[in-house]
Amino acid sequence: MKNHTEYLLSLIDITVNFEGFLALNNLNLRIKKGELRAIIGPNGAGKTTFLDVITGKVKPTQGQVIFKGISLIGRKEHKIARLGVGRKFQSPRVFENLSVLENLELSVSYPKNPLNLLKKNIIMDQLEEIYHLMKVVNLTKKNDIKAGALSHGQKQWLEIAMLLGQKPDLMLVDEPVAGLTDEETDLTADLLKSLAGNNTILIIDHDMEFIRRLDSRVSVLNQGSVLCEGDMNTIQNNQKVIDVYLGRPD
Amino acid sequence: MNKNIIKFNGKVKFIFWVLLIAFIVAAPALLPVFRLNLLGRYLSLAIVALGVDLIWGFTGLLSLGQGIFFTLGGYCVAMYLQLNSSSEFPNNIPEFFALYGVKDLPIFWAPFKSPLFTLFAIWLIPAVVAGILGFLVFRNRIKGVYFSILTQASLLVFFNFFNGQQKLINGTNGLKTDVTQLFGQLVGSELIQRYIFWITAFLVITAWFFSKWLIKGRFGNILIGIRDDEPRVRFTGYNPVIFKTIIFSISGALAGISGALYTVQSGIVSPQFMTVPFSIEMVIWVAVGGRGTLLGAILGAVFINYAKSLVSEALPASWMFIQGSLFILVVTTLPEGILGWLYSEGPRNLLQKFGFIRKIKTYPSLELNKSSEG
Repeated sequence: MKNHTEYLLSLIDITVNFEGFLALNNLNLRIKKGELRAIIGPNGAGKTTFLDVITGKVKPTQGQVIFKGISLIGRKEHKIARLGVGRKFQSPRVFENLSVLENLELSVSYPKNPLNLLKKNIIMDQLEEIYHLMKVVNLTKKNDIKAGALSHGQKQWLEIAMLLGQKPDLMLVDEPVAGLTDEETDLTADLLKSLAGNNTILIIDHDMEFIRRLDSRVSVLNQGSVLCEGDMNTIQNNQKVIDVYLGRPD
Repeated sequence: MNKNIIKFNGKVKFIFWVLLIAFIVAAPALLPVFRLNLLGRYLSLAIVALGVDLIWGFTGLLSLGQGIFFTLGGYCVAMYLQLNSSSEFPNNIPEFFALYGVKDLPIFWAPFKSPLFTLFAIWLIPAVVAGILGFLVFRNRIKGVYFSILTQASLLVFFNFFNGQQKLINGTNGLKTDVTQLFGQLVGSELIQRYIFWITAFLVITAWFFSKWLIKGRFGNILIGIRDDEPRVRFTGYNPVIFKTIIFSISGALAGISGALYTVQSGIVSPQFMTVPFSIEMVIWVAVGGRGTLLGAILGAVFINYAKSLVSEALPASWMFIQGSLFILVVTTLPEGILGWLYSEGPRNLLQKFGFIRKIKTYPSLELNKSSEG
């Protein structure tokens, strides 16, 4: 349990008890800086709760979350976000009544206080950043269109761009390819892979093909704790994982 | 907002403003004293409506307690006016104190001897009260219906408190302002009322521009973000509590200014301004005029109240039914309000129903193809 600093994020013995139901049960997980990590697990394994704990939405019943050597327990969501934890939600959550450009403005703007936002113009560096992000996710031509009018895939991408705009040290990405076409899925996988290295990314998904394409370390979650960890081949040949996913032969 | 599909060019705008200002300047000469006074009152109500639009239309906070801040502003100006004209009364304090045997001015009245203090108090006191109330509520993440109920409950608390304080503020009778003096003239006099009308018109326009400035850029966008998806705002690194407190406080300040102007034009402030229906009416003006449009709030406040007085003169007792049906009609058929409907696709969709082909905005080529085929 020593050397927290070696890891960007450490979850230590996290338990979340929802009135008797253990959503997370003694979960331990460590992520190094620059790592791309995939988390898989059957429905109800606690994947989303696990993100809720890191981002401060749910307070664990016990355990510690250490990020960059600081405990995140008891901190408010916006404070955790400012420390450098960015989150992309399962269903795309963008501000539908704002344009693509306005959405990105909010994510890129810094400092995040009212006085800064009251200034009429965003500073030049941040504007350039926005145009860069729009190019990355291929939304430059749509900058004036309301986010609500975008297709599902474009919303997913806009949200990824917003996440990048926050310049987080750790990106938590919850099912980024849900509802995307095969082509969009491939593009998203390539995008996330290209971001790894400079960014630390934690991806949650069901889609095995997508995870395989990411070519990253995988942790399998089951009943609120980590079942096993390793690369995709190891995972797919692990008897415990097969049991969980395919049902235990009696 | 890129909402406005109807865009006016510079020339039309210029003519509009010239006509508007000419009307405001000439209104005292054109309108009978009684009508001018009514128009002035309704214009002052437009300011509180702007505040409601800022917190409800943009930020999604439905406050049913704006009457508190409105009344506080009214009491501030009334206390100054009463003190300013109490020299001939016993103990040099306002006349009503004698009724309850009060000989010394209560401490909190003293600063209101200063006109400068009063000018600040009118908007600052309601803003601070709204800020404190808002902060406590927002910090505990109370929102939606619970926020509305809480503001209404606060309204009732203030209403009952003010009603009971005969010895401090003349309780349920309120404070009269029309028989007080300002610059050696009766506040109720035609001359003073004319100036107050002009000041009101000026302040409505100022408040409108101020609100427009507030919601124009990223600050307004974050308010819309809070309305549509507050958790997302948090995870983007913003603290919604601060933004909500600020905007609620600003709406309180606007309500205070509105209440002060309304008081000097109606001649009295009393706890009646804090009744539940009045605060709900404020919301109705905005709902009918158009939520999230600002101009809709102004027009809603002025026209509904003007309609109210016209209908009440012709058919007394029928207004409540008309107002109720208007509200139901707007909520069911024009949920965006009248101006919101005009700004949206509404008019074009209506024209289409009558057989006019609407122009397609996104793919003009589709129309070209059709005409070339035909």
